[in-house]
Amino acid sequence: MGFFDDKQDWLAEVFGQYPERRAALMPLLRRVQQDEGWISPERQEEIARLVGTTATEVAGVMSFYSYYQALPTGKYHIQVCATLSCAIAGADELWDELVNELQILRGDVSDDGLFSIQKVECLGSCHTAPVIQINDEPYVECVTKARLRALLEGLRQGKRLEEIQLPGKVGHVVHNRGDEVGA
Amino acid sequence: MSNGPIVSGKDPRFEVTLYKHVGKDQSWTLDYYLEHGGYQAIQKAIAMGQDAVIEEVKRSGLRGRGGAGFPTGLKWSFMPKNTGKQHYIVCNADESEPGSFKDRYLLEDDPHQLIEGMMIAGLAIQATKGYIYIRGEYRRAYDRVVAAIKEARERGYLGQNLFGTSFEFDLYVHRGAGAYICGEETALMNSLEGLRANPRMKPPFPAQAGLWGKPTTINNVESLCSVVHIIQRGADWFASMGTEKSKGHKLFQVSGPFKRPGVYELPLGTTFRELLYDWAGGPTEPIQAIIPGGSSCPPLPWNDEVLDTPMDYESIAAKGSLLGTGGVIGIPASMSMVDAMWNVTRFYGHESCGKCTPCREGVSGWMVRLFEKMGTGQGEKGDVELLEDLLNQIEGRSFCALADAACWPVRGSLKHFREQFVDVVENKKALERVGSRWA
Repeated sequence: MGFFDDKQDWLAEVFGQYPERRAALMPLLRRVQQDEGWISPERQEEIARLVGTTATEVAGVMSFYSYYQALPTGKYHIQVCATLSCAIAGADELWDELVNELQILRGDVSDDGLFSIQKVECLGSCHTAPVIQINDEPYVECVTKARLRALLEGLRQGKRLEEIQLPGKVGHVVHNRGDEVGA
Repeated sequence: MSNGPIVSGKDPRFEVTLYKHVGKDQSWTLDYYLEHGGYQAIQKAIAMGQDAVIEEVKRSGLRGRGGAGFPTGLKWSFMPKNTGKQHYIVCNADESEPGSFKDRYLLEDDPHQLIEGMMIAGLAIQATKGYIYIRGEYRRAYDRVVAAIKEARERGYLGQNLFGTSFEFDLYVHRGAGAYICGEETALMNSLEGLRANPRMKPPFPAQAGLWGKPTTINNVESLCSVVHIIQRGADWFASMGTEKSKGHKLFQVSGPFKRPGVYELPLGTTFRELLYDWAGGPTEPIQAIIPGGSSCPPLPWNDEVLDTPMDYESIAAKGSLLGTGGVIGIPASMSMVDAMWNVTRFYGHESCGKCTPCREGVSGWMVRLFEKMGTGQGEKGDVELLEDLLNQIEGRSFCALADAACWPVRGSLKHFREQFVDVVENKKALERVGSRWA
């Protein structure tokens, strides 16, 4: 059974947004990535048939963007922003801590199948650096070592991201004037 | 306070506008937006008509807030009229320039403001369809924008015969998947069409042949949101803020070791000192440089002269840098500028699309490897000159501006902090990891 066989309504809605089916390529890739954690060669072929192109073309598009994964990822794919503002705030140390804690590198999945890791470019939350993103969820901001450890522990216990209590600074307060700042 | 233009956030005549509702409870809902005067500007625009809307935006002096600063009204006037073809308005919400995060909160907390701005732009360029190309990582922003469009469509604020007129407009959201180059408008169009995001040759410009070969205009989130207020309050109101050639207000972003990093809405012409001390609370440790407008802009040294520079297109250019997106990054004195530029170069090297040789081989290859060599203590005499030679060979020779964006910060660093590069190379210093200040 194909991945999209039981998603005909969703497909029709996506195709309806564009004048050409090819434009639906990225939304289809994202849907597979979201549901399965990676996009296998079989799924690439299925998507190619649906949008009217070749599997090679699909692989070419996939490899261009950092979100799509051509290898299986852990249940929690942890992306660490490595760009300047995060680096100033300690993103390199955060990455080292993550590698030491999980004993994996980019491309690996932890033995328990829970975690994989990736350094990514700017996540656009420079004022709450350092920042990480897990799967397709909203960011975890102002990540200290203590917050990271609490986060990993919570995920190991099967908690959802929003249920995990993190010590120290919590998220951010966006302000439209200086006196309302909370980050 | 003078009767001249407003060039300070402390001027009592200035009021926060774009970010007025950011951070407020339920500000992303249609009910909240309507309670605060939402969707009145589009009705005014419909009554004004296409030409008057373009003229008003031209007269306001609004320049594109995505980084390039091209006049928005003029851009709209490039669109052909009455072609009989489908025209498209596209919002570039692929905010990816390191140091920039202003659009994110407009998307998350005030999506209807953007929708209304796109409707006005659609009216001006005869586009009945629009796409918001939103960066894939912005999950909360995506959810809120999609919900806002659905809400607007269900309650008759998107679709046909809007506000009892013949005006029609509808919107779709397209998610990116992690590629900085999608901020370049022709690369964005390729990405929207389901292709690799390589930039396209210009001409033809998007106004002639854009998405699927149809006339297309692409504007930044902040630009489109600004238009709502320009129509609602008039071009004169907008032009009363800022300097002679840099009109209006702007969202500035502060990151790095400052007491209150974040987004600040201020009139153009406000000084760095006011932004960084009065609003952002001042540095928490010694700073040696600031990048004024996102990572592609040449760093400037931290001194009184720079701090007193007005933040507008011309004044920053006169200092040898760029206003860009207004994303100010403070680089602490404890971090080697070589290290900072290594990080920035690595970013551009990774994000190069690989289409043209100067960028693929020059930025992703030579520049990144030279920084690796210098940064790991293997530098040799002549490496600084080699880096300069590379910049000369790459800058101005690439297919799009990404390679230039990679060169400018390095060139600016060599201009102001050359001794640090020489020191690293000649003393074969392996750079310390900046994370030693980790909390």
